[in-house]
Amino acid sequence: MPAVQETVERVKRIDVDQYRYGFETLIDSEKAPKGLSEETVEFISQKKNEPAWMLQWRLEAYRRWLTMTEPTWARVDYPKIDFQDLYYYAAPKPKKTVSSLDEIDPEILKTYEKLGIPLREVAMLEGVEPKVGEEDPARRKIAVDAVFDSVSVATTFKAELKKAGVIFMPISEAIREHPELVQKYLGTVVPTSDNFYATLNSAVFSDGSFVYVPPGVRCPMELSTYFRINERNTGQFERTLIIADKGSYVSYLEGCTAPQRDENQLHAAVVELVALDDAEIKYSTVQNWYPGNSEGKGGIYNFVTKRGDCRGANSKISWTQVETGSAITWKYPSCILRGDNSRGEFYSIAISNGFQQVDSGTKMIHLGKNTSSRIISKGIAAGKSQNTYRGLVTAHRKATGARNFTACDSLLIGDKCGAHTVPYIEAKNSSATFEHEATTSKISEDVLFYCIQRGLSQEEAVGLVVNGFVKDVLQQLPMEFAVEAQKLISISLEGSVG
Amino acid sequence: MPLLEVKDLKVRVEEREILHGLTLTVNEGEVHAIMGPNGSGKSTLSHVIAGKPGYEVTDGQILFRGEDLLEMDPHERAAKGVFLAFQYPVEIPGVTTMNFLRTALNAQRKARGESELMVPDFLKKVREVSKSLNIPQDMLKRGVNVGFSGGEKKRNEVLQMALFEPSLCILDEMDSGLDIDALRIAADGVNALRSPKRAMVVITHYQRLLNYIVPDVVHVMSKGRVVKSGGKELALELEASGYAQFEDAA
Ligand SMILES: Nc1ncnc2c1ncn2[C@@H]1O[C@H](COP(=O)(O)OP(=O)(O)O)[C@@H](O)[C@H]1O
Ligand SMILES: [Mg+2]
Repeated sequence: MPAVQETVERVKRIDVDQYRYGFETLIDSEKAPKGLSEETVEFISQKKNEPAWMLQWRLEAYRRWLTMTEPTWARVDYPKIDFQDLYYYAAPKPKKTVSSLDEIDPEILKTYEKLGIPLREVAMLEGVEPKVGEEDPARRKIAVDAVFDSVSVATTFKAELKKAGVIFMPISEAIREHPELVQKYLGTVVPTSDNFYATLNSAVFSDGSFVYVPPGVRCPMELSTYFRINERNTGQFERTLIIADKGSYVSYLEGCTAPQRDENQLHAAVVELVALDDAEIKYSTVQNWYPGNSEGKGGIYNFVTKRGDCRGANSKISWTQVETGSAITWKYPSCILRGDNSRGEFYSIAISNGFQQVDSGTKMIHLGKNTSSRIISKGIAAGKSQNTYRGLVTAHRKATGARNFTACDSLLIGDKCGAHTVPYIEAKNSSATFEHEATTSKISEDVLFYCIQRGLSQEEAVGLVVNGFVKDVLQQLPMEFAVEAQKLISISLEGSVG
Repeated sequence: MPLLEVKDLKVRVEEREILHGLTLTVNEGEVHAIMGPNGSGKSTLSHVIAGKPGYEVTDGQILFRGEDLLEMDPHERAAKGVFLAFQYPVEIPGVTTMNFLRTALNAQRKARGESELMVPDFLKKVREVSKSLNIPQDMLKRGVNVGFSGGEKKRNEVLQMALFEPSLCILDEMDSGLDIDALRIAADGVNALRSPKRAMVVITHYQRLLNYIVPDVVHVMSKGRVVKSGGKELALELEASGYAQFEDAA
């Protein structure tokens, strides 16, 4: 509960500069030639010292992509992207190879410092009460695999993870060091032919994270990656692959902020999760990319394919996302509930302000027996933004006893924005039980005035009410992110009323 | 200097004038009752003093310790010590009462340049006050007013009043929807807050409340004006003869 106070405090400290993360870091970068061709794909593969099979895989995806067209079904509207007018690879020029944080470009470290992102083992949450029964969050550890532009520049905690047998490294390294694992799982959840953006990603992905947790291992720390786009006109194509082997557990945190700029930036990431028997993966995201300026210009286009495969019996995958940034968000973290008794969860806070367009939701595909899923979505629309929840819940013929609970709540701030709920439900067997609840409400003037009469400023009042509205989802976030998420929620709603 | 001076206040809502030149002076330590039939503008007055949006002041003044209240943002007025106990306190789901109290109190303290209250001091204070108001601790862990009974909501208003220590308390129809027992608890809470440093404006339709909170001054409002002022006996007079006699005077 003091965490909300924390939000209020932090909002007060933030100056009028709406997007204080809007700075650029002056680092030389090495770019692929502009445009997309087989040569670009080869350039990237070569830069990464990839084995031949990986290049082949990329080229197949590229050829496939040439035959595809951009999807248009989402409730988003943007000028046509000229895919030949983008750079597909940019890396900070390596000055030398680094073996410790001290050797990293101080410019980069400064950037992280401005973002308040911890790169070392740190006690980060001052003043926040841990959830009852949880250990002191200050003493919990976070491993940061920092992705700066397209190349991972720092990996910490390697030794400790190694001791536990956990593999956590840039995927480019994993391709070289653990080809058998990568080949076994890459593209098995999101096939190269899956969709326009995923196929593009398969052809040109630059880097991302790779995680493998061996059987029976509980990953000794939260794994956290911060992405940051920093190169003008550079498409950013992360690729993440997480495998939780039998009976293992891992919690992965991803977050990002981006510098302010005029031109739109394309981001098309792919995240694949595989949970084998009795394994559990918790994947959390706090996303705060540049949403565009007050006229709606600029901002990131975020077309992401995230999918988890509950491949084994009794496995569990849980997605939690806090989406506050991007000009356009197109994102449906999904679960394939293949294993019997497997469980999928989706907890989402999607905030849109200004001219932002969010089309986000989830898919729960019930294939195994007695599978269950839970969807809690909180959409907040302010300014002139459009916020759409799009969800699909299906139970296939063999998925007897499938259960789903869905609750979609939308909150409108002001009367120039829109919230839409588009649920698709398909049950191909009669034993499935699907429950769906949806509400849309406007933030009440009376509620705001009540708070203001008690001494809160307009913005503090909005922050408090909204944080109350999203509480059920915030509670799902690992403690390390809860404060940051609350901060972002308040920042992203600044200037949304009055 | 009076604590509150409302001078010839004219207020419009959506092009319609609701208050037609209202004057009211309240000194520190005094308890004033404002009585009047439904629609006479009592709530409008309380909202304008607190700074609720949607009202247009076309003429007149409101001074608080000599300062122009209408120039201040509503949350600044709160920090200066203006407190409005709402007739219908709102619900704020997902925000625990405890969190709300602390957030609000610290916001006010900060605005006054005071340091935040230390958590143990805050908890001690909340515990004391809630105990005297018969507010169970688990109520404080629930969302603000969510699922509270009418009586609980009003007690929660009094709890905040006790905690924030305002110098001007405006109570709008505190008795509405309360049975006698609930009313007595809430009124006792209010009476405990009477002090030479604090003034109260008790708005009510019925005389009943004034048996529990005995005022120093009674004003009768009708059609957007104060039409008569007097001592506490004026309330009893009204009880006997009704508001009709004042309708013409207005
Ligand atoms: N928001 C509003 N919009 C339109 N008319 C209003 C509004 N608020 C109050 N009024 C009108 O102003 C008059 C006074 O209302 P109010 O101040 O609530 O009186 P009371 O509290 O004495 O019952 C009534 O005629 C009422 O209809
Ligand atoms: Mg009224």
